[in-house]
Amino acid sequence: MANIGKIIGVNSNLLRVRFEQPVVQNEVAYALLESGTRLKSEVIRVRGSVAELQVFEDTTGLKEGNSVEFTGELLSVELGPGLLTQVFDGLQNPLPQLAEQCGFFLQRGKYLDALPRDKKWAFTPKVKVGDKVSAGEALGSVPEGIFEHLIMVPFRWHGTFTVESISSAGDYKVTDTIAKLKDQNGKVLEAKLMQSWPVKLPIKCYTERLRPVEPLITKQRIIDTFFPVNRGGVYCIPGPFGAGKTVLQQLTARHAEVDIVIITACGERAGEVVETLKEFPEQTDPRTGKSLMERTLIICNTSSMPVAAREASVYTGVTLAEYYRQMGLSVLLLADSTSRWAQALREMSGRLEEIPGEEAFPAYLESVIASFYERGGIVRLKNGKTGSVTIGGTVSPAGGNFEEPVTQATLKVVGAFHGLSRERSDQRRFPAIHPLDSWSKYHGIIDRAKSVEAHNILHKGNDVGQMMKVVGEEGTSMDDFVLYLKGEFLDSVYLQQDAYNHIDEACPGDRQAHVFEKVYQILKTKVTFKEKDAARSFFLKLTQTAKDWNRVEFKSKEFADLEATIFKALAEVTVNA
Amino acid sequence: MHKVYHKIERIAGNVITVAADGVTYHELAQVQSPQGTSLAQVIRIDSGMIDLQVFAGSRGVSTDSQVRFLGRSMQVPFSESLLGRVFSGAGEPRDNGPAISENMIDIGGPSVNPSKRIIPKSMVRTGIPMIDVFNTLVVSQKLPIFSIAGEPYNELLARIALQAEVDIIILGGMGLKYDDYLFFRDFLEERGALSRTVSFMHTASDPIVECLLVPDAALAVAEQFATQGKKVLVLLTDMTNFADAMKEIAITMEQVPSNRGYPGDLYSQLASRYEKAVDFEGSGSITILAVTTMPGDDVTHPVPDNTGYITEGQFYLRKGRIEPFGSLSRLKQQVNGDTREDHRTMMNTMIQLYASYKETLEKQSMGFRMGNWDAKLLKYGVRFEKEMMDLSVNIPLEKALDLGWKILAEYFKPEETGIPSKLIAKFWPE
Repeated sequence: MANIGKIIGVNSNLLRVRFEQPVVQNEVAYALLESGTRLKSEVIRVRGSVAELQVFEDTTGLKEGNSVEFTGELLSVELGPGLLTQVFDGLQNPLPQLAEQCGFFLQRGKYLDALPRDKKWAFTPKVKVGDKVSAGEALGSVPEGIFEHLIMVPFRWHGTFTVESISSAGDYKVTDTIAKLKDQNGKVLEAKLMQSWPVKLPIKCYTERLRPVEPLITKQRIIDTFFPVNRGGVYCIPGPFGAGKTVLQQLTARHAEVDIVIITACGERAGEVVETLKEFPEQTDPRTGKSLMERTLIICNTSSMPVAAREASVYTGVTLAEYYRQMGLSVLLLADSTSRWAQALREMSGRLEEIPGEEAFPAYLESVIASFYERGGIVRLKNGKTGSVTIGGTVSPAGGNFEEPVTQATLKVVGAFHGLSRERSDQRRFPAIHPLDSWSKYHGIIDRAKSVEAHNILHKGNDVGQMMKVVGEEGTSMDDFVLYLKGEFLDSVYLQQDAYNHIDEACPGDRQAHVFEKVYQILKTKVTFKEKDAARSFFLKLTQTAKDWNRVEFKSKEFADLEATIFKALAEVTVNA
Repeated sequence: MHKVYHKIERIAGNVITVAADGVTYHELAQVQSPQGTSLAQVIRIDSGMIDLQVFAGSRGVSTDSQVRFLGRSMQVPFSESLLGRVFSGAGEPRDNGPAISENMIDIGGPSVNPSKRIIPKSMVRTGIPMIDVFNTLVVSQKLPIFSIAGEPYNELLARIALQAEVDIIILGGMGLKYDDYLFFRDFLEERGALSRTVSFMHTASDPIVECLLVPDAALAVAEQFATQGKKVLVLLTDMTNFADAMKEIAITMEQVPSNRGYPGDLYSQLASRYEKAVDFEGSGSITILAVTTMPGDDVTHPVPDNTGYITEGQFYLRKGRIEPFGSLSRLKQQVNGDTREDHRTMMNTMIQLYASYKETLEKQSMGFRMGNWDAKLLKYGVRFEKEMMDLSVNIPLEKALDLGWKILAEYFKPEETGIPSKLIAKFWPE
């Protein structure tokens, strides 16, 4: 029998509901409007016989005495073929299909199936009758775009099963049963092409978690060389507004060497998502030659969409990422911005009248952020393959001040920190990752000793630059001045990239290794000049040539020519030992 | 038909509490007190107790005042006859015209489906070179004007309202000084722009709750015009007053404050208004320009800070001019490539030279020797400030670019500007 409660209080998107039969924490419930519209909500606190629910929609028109249907199910997403290339809201409603039905505006209480129900998929079985399987092991596969999409034993089934029957190769819908499995007690369960999973729980159908060691190439030199990210690693990008967080995320989404990219636009501008939506389908993925959209999935809960669904959106994103990880793929989850998600937590916490922590964020903020980032990782699956979820989250600190609670809580759990600075973005230095403040615990593609040495030159050059502001150029020794110029050279030629140039916007691993080696050589060369002006104009010219060198095709004749020009110029000022 | 209640249980700030049943969330009620009649909106329902926010304030409300629930939520009228009229936040006429009650529409409606948005592609011409040339305003953009008290931001808005090439202007005033309200009214009337303007005005002496309604009312009307194919420009001043009104209500409601007393949902509240800026595919559009005054000229204050994260750039208004350095229109790249071939180059060159001028000024003030180049820059800077930056300049984009070439040619040699020779050949005045 249906479990029905009655509303006794409404405060913005928080409902207080009196219930009679048992309710489950975090279960989904629907609040019913007079018009029959059902508003999706989630139980977030229970006190005596009153449950408190956050509603994922606008609550205008609800009143005391309205019914609430409890479903007994935790907030879940649908997993199965047909997820890729889609655009979902935070609750996994496909937005383009919603637009077809409702027009320009979102309509509350309208929920659609995430996976297309009538589409047929060409299924190929991978097991035979009598085989023993357990949760997460493949029963078969279907082709989904460029991937072999594994159909797995539902993750929520415990124990070992014997295959009773398996469908033969053929076309099936996501709701069709493709296998019957018998558990140890002889009970027979039906597996379909699709399954569902509660978003707030991590999927754990693997044999072990591994240490992230393999570099993930983002094709941004400053990241890959100085502050690398590894497959299965987690990193954060905090920065004030206008520092280029979103541009950096978009470039990463476009160029990162991973199988699948999931973009979670959480509480940010709708306009930015639109760029991705309209541009990705037209761009080709250099790895596959197909449209970039084929490896992309977008979760989009922009700032004007309901706040509670914003909180759900990051979990929806990470759950879908874990699902594809289970197929042995390498997935990159980009969450923009986790601060908006934390603010959603704060809003609910305020309405629940919980005792506030710092800046009114709830006291459990840190543990919630930590458990989210902990869902990133590289794992060995039951079939021996590895799959990974890499998480990159942006943080939008209030006032651009990294001391605030969300940034600090995030820094505790990530392996790399790419701090963006207003100063660098004002100087139009892209990416505006601050080379002196940022750090990474991962190992990249460049020899660590050399990158540390280059980084030191940057550091010392910066110190000289600071000093020069006080004592002037006259008070600086020639050696120090050259060190300063070398630091600037490294900054403009290597750290910065031209996001508007189609070659320089993405620098592949082999090119990076080559260019770094050459730049390193230039930094290590001892040069001499009679006057400071000569030194400055030499480096200005060298920078100009090196920037052109960055903009031409790797290994082309032009590339070789420009490289020769650089080293010829360098030889003229080199001190011969 | 509608139930009437006569017993008010609690009065605190602008919020009154009555025991009632069958009341829906966000429903409107009419509160009748010896002071007059005011609308009120349900903002909390708790076990039979209904909290209502009284638009005219609770002053003079007695414990036996009459509360009548209306069975609908907040609405404003919408029709062509709105043009030229001035309303309060609650939708009452502020001019001496008749009340309009036809075709009522809900305010604070749902947000636009992101998949129905399109990439912005056309500019809004304002005739102000600092905007048109250097930080182009784009259709469907949302841009704040960051300023401090005392700056002529209302004059700037009024000029944009007058000059912008749009079909409809919706003006929303929040916490305005009465003088400013009169200024807007007279300015637009004298110059004949009132006939395409709808105003929602809240002055500092009006009830604070009505301030909260202004952006929603303005944007709801804008949305209707836009879906009818009109190009709408919404001007809001001043969003900091709006945020302060929210703060006031939140504190009265005993909400836990988050940052400097502002409620924790400040970002969401501001975003849900700004995100109404949109270009409807195959129909009209809404562009939003909003003044945000920065208390103490501090951009890290919660209101400008949260605004900066929401909007697509910002204009800084300092010393009566739009600052070229901090100001940024994030969408300008989408449109300034297709205006005229020299647009981007002129934009960059003139700003770079102006930046050098600023450096020279600094050097001059420190007593360094001025060279030949410095002398050129000093002359250039003065001209630039006078003929480009001054807010009274009103010339179309093309004229402004021509003027730019003229100023450059007067002080510099072509090679000193770093402009590509192809453009020099075509545009450099003899």
